[in-house]
Amino acid sequence: MSARARAAVFVVVVAVVVVSVGSFVLTQAATHGERFSAPPDLPTTPLADVADGPRLVFRHTGVDDHYGLVAVVPLDDPGGPRAFTDVACDRVAASAGPAPVVSCLRAERGLVPRFDQVLLDAAWGETEQHPLRGIPSRTRLSPDGSLVSSTSFVSGHSYLQAGFSTVTEIHEVGGESLGNLERFDLVVDGSTTTARDRNIWGVTFMDDDTFYATAATGGRTYLVRGDLGARTLTAVRENAECPSLSPGGGQVAYKVAGAGGRPDSHWTIGVLDLATGTERLLTGQRATIDDQVEWLDDDTLLYGLPRSDEAGVTDVWSLDVDPDAEPRLLVADAWSPAVVRP
Amino acid sequence: MAPVVVTLGVVSLLTDISSESVAAVLPLYLTAVVGLSPAAYGVVDGLYQGVSALVRVAGGWAADRGGHPKWVAFAGYGISCAARFALLVSSGLATVATVVAVDRVGKGIRTAPRDAMISAASAPEDLGHAFGVHRALDTTGAVLGPLIAFALLWWIPDGYTVVLAVSAGSAVLGLALLGLLVDEPRPASASARPATSATPEPFRWRTLANPRLRRLLLVTGGLGLLTVGDGFVYLALLDRGEFAAHWFPLLYVGTNVAYLALAVPLGRLADRVGRARVVVLGHAALVGGYACAAVPLPGAPATIAALVLLGTFYAATDGVLAALAGRLVPDSMRASGIASAQTTVAVARMLSSALFGLLWFALGPGVALVAVGAVLAVALPVALLTLRGLDDVGERCAA
Repeated sequence: MSARARAAVFVVVVAVVVVSVGSFVLTQAATHGERFSAPPDLPTTPLADVADGPRLVFRHTGVDDHYGLVAVVPLDDPGGPRAFTDVACDRVAASAGPAPVVSCLRAERGLVPRFDQVLLDAAWGETEQHPLRGIPSRTRLSPDGSLVSSTSFVSGHSYLQAGFSTVTEIHEVGGESLGNLERFDLVVDGSTTTARDRNIWGVTFMDDDTFYATAATGGRTYLVRGDLGARTLTAVRENAECPSLSPGGGQVAYKVAGAGGRPDSHWTIGVLDLATGTERLLTGQRATIDDQVEWLDDDTLLYGLPRSDEAGVTDVWSLDVDPDAEPRLLVADAWSPAVVRP
Repeated sequence: MAPVVVTLGVVSLLTDISSESVAAVLPLYLTAVVGLSPAAYGVVDGLYQGVSALVRVAGGWAADRGGHPKWVAFAGYGISCAARFALLVSSGLATVATVVAVDRVGKGIRTAPRDAMISAASAPEDLGHAFGVHRALDTTGAVLGPLIAFALLWWIPDGYTVVLAVSAGSAVLGLALLGLLVDEPRPASASARPATSATPEPFRWRTLANPRLRRLLLVTGGLGLLTVGDGFVYLALLDRGEFAAHWFPLLYVGTNVAYLALAVPLGRLADRVGRARVVVLGHAALVGGYACAAVPLPGAPATIAALVLLGTFYAATDGVLAALAGRLVPDSMRASGIASAQTTVAVARMLSSALFGLLWFALGPGVALVAVGAVLAVALPVALLTLRGLDDVGERCAA
């Protein structure tokens, strides 16, 4: 091919690429605008109606103009009318406390996306804001609403950077940061590990001194018990991620990788009785669960699951703590459920 | 400046826009849309890092052996381009991980043949300048990629497929530019280098073991062991609490901006005062960068100085090393020579990051950086002495 001919072919390639990619981008932009501009196609109710009783706070994921906003439903009618706030969150935790507190992790889009943890009061007004280092992942409040945790994850995006890591912090609500949990002493099999390759995520609070979390080091994950006073994390069990303590504090639910002959990429929910040390695997639920589960009550778990046929849309399911129990759809178009029991 | 250097620079720019735009949004995409947890994401990221260095030697060897560096580079760019299209239709961890690994294989294959083409097309006294121009264009793509990706997501919040499509389009343009408008280097370009042998030397592994190249590999490998990942420097800066965590992603952009601004001037400087000298002294900037991050100097100036020094380090070492290595071996071995130097550095740095992690945890960020910086500062005069005379080779050949 002559130089002239090759130049001509190149011009044609450029034209084809620019026109096809350009029209795809414009079509997608138009479709997005249309899909997310309609009001929610479900019954709504004013916030005041659900402000006081036992309630479920969650992120609404219906494809409409309220996508991503926090919504509230009463626990006795979770599938009924939902009340919307004007607060957008990726992850949400809530505590009735002595005074209601909500922790909200969110990503704000922009040329440089920013990630924040925001604390809100009973009137959904912002009281505190803490910048996060990376993508929002988990947040929890202690039972009395005095401590709050956040997990975000950071990834380097250059060839030679330090790779991926999670950052998990605990804050006093209205007070100081208690620090990055990576700096706590990590005790595995009775000895303090010096390995740097450690990641901590998914805190759940027992009280204002004791919590559980996940620690990963040396290619293994552990359920760890944390002590805020002593600044230690002690491994209590292997292969248990994203723990969640039951309201009574007697059980902890978590994700187990590769249980029952399933591949390691499959997570099954396990429930550990802390007094007896017996674990029950809830294999009646067959989908892989990648969420920090929430307890509806001492016998029932809640978790979010992406809808396989609709990107970005999720549902909240409930599951009895029974190996054979099958999941039930609790709230459609919902994510990150948080149970508030005044 | 040979036009092919600029064309190859634009090929790299388009390809970097393609790869860096996806790399920037991949974590968000995998967590928000595919629904992976942090632990699962770590698997993908690990694959991302390790694959490239190993296939690089194979790419260099294939380019030298067959005598068609352009088409070996083309195959590398083509593999990455195909991976972009595969990403458009793949979902789930396993497929995404495979596609990402394939993409890195493509990057490994293409780097050394492309650098050999730049080397072949440039006059010996102008090599540092040529590589500077190429790296400046390449890094411009690395800066633009994430910005384009985040701008698209800003406009279309769930527009991950849009980012993937733009990335694929950009990869096709780069591939077409290389395939259609870049000529395979011809022996005719040897007119700029009259002293090199007229009959090409046959390819022999033993040639790679020549003492000059061996000295270079030894020194750059040793210095690479004292080069900790940028990520650690950024974390040390963040640790001091001088700026909000929001700015964290921008540190990487800051380093790249300094790199692209300094690549050409430092390349020209290397042509004048000696490439080996500039490569070694570039590490002095790295010592300065560690110091800025470790010593509690107040405020933004220390942060900015650290980024400028990191950028200086890359500008003084990356392209200049390729310029240097390509001329320490016969023409017929050039891609292999460059590949062996780049692989040595990459493997040494990966090892160093792993080891430094232990030090970081044992001593704390500041002390660990000061410790490594001190050893590096002591190593520099030794490195300068060891590489003495290496810079004369090119000049003697050209004279």
